[in-house]
Amino acid sequence: MVLNDLDYRLIAEIQDGLPLTSRPYNEIGARLGLSEEQVIERIGALQQAGVIKRMGIIVRHHELGYTANAMVVWDVPDNQVDVVGEKLGAQPCVTLCYQRPRKLPEWPYNLFCMIHGQQRQRVLEHIRKIVDSHGLKHIPHKILFSGKRYKQRGAKYQ
Amino acid sequence: MDRIDRAIINRLQESFPITDRPYQQAAEELGIQEDELIRRLKVMLEKKQLSRFGPLYHAERLGGGLSLCAIRVPEDQFERVKEQVNAFPEVAHNYARDNEFSMWFVLATETPQRIDSVIREIEQSTGYRVYNMPKEEEFFVGLKFEV
Repeated sequence: MVLNDLDYRLIAEIQDGLPLTSRPYNEIGARLGLSEEQVIERIGALQQAGVIKRMGIIVRHHELGYTANAMVVWDVPDNQVDVVGEKLGAQPCVTLCYQRPRKLPEWPYNLFCMIHGQQRQRVLEHIRKIVDSHGLKHIPHKILFSGKRYKQRGAKYQ
Repeated sequence: MDRIDRAIINRLQESFPITDRPYQQAAEELGIQEDELIRRLKVMLEKKQLSRFGPLYHAERLGGGLSLCAIRVPEDQFERVKEQVNAFPEVAHNYARDNEFSMWFVLATETPQRIDSVIREIEQSTGYRVYNMPKEEEFFVGLKFEV
């Protein structure tokens, strides 16, 4: 999808949040000189094209009790990354799963997944179960729990 | 946070209607009134239980750059480096993790080319190498927190 000027103005206008009023798209339109229908049509198109992944609540997971946040990194042979990535991604407790470049020699890991939980012990159990039940014992992995979070905000668009 | 708040969080992490009366439509599904939904969202935003209520953008499809970066920061330098890294507006979030690679942050830039220049600036500012680990393949993204 090729974005035009109007799309970018709309994207900037709503990035911090939708108005909490009965007709939010009408209010956005009023600010941008558009009709409610135009706003609905453009936002729908942006969502259809995947520029907007979704509309709705973005939580602060720490505040909701998800304080045990593990990044599990795996050193997977290149020809097995797709298979292992699909397996890990299919676990209900895995919230994100990406292949990333190794940084040899210091960093041999090429597959990253996130597991968020309310208790560290439970997260460790989940990981152990995944390793046991999917035959991943031969694949070296490391678990990096997060300590303090220093910054959380969405990206800003002008 | 009561049962209704939890239902709102679970439901509205998935989607929100794009219609002329979206709150009314969502409220109806949740079995509450439109003004109650709006009031509860306001309270949860004020209490900072929610980060935002609005769009979640796909950075690359917006034409922007996105990458995960890490630095090996010795413990006694962590505070200083953290301040220097967080001073960059392109740093979207930054976590300490229990590893030799101790600092992990996400860069979100207006163009993909800008990632490399921000990394060079951060390296100059902190004196440490920044390891750039952009995503090469995505296997799953379903970030949702049940409450």
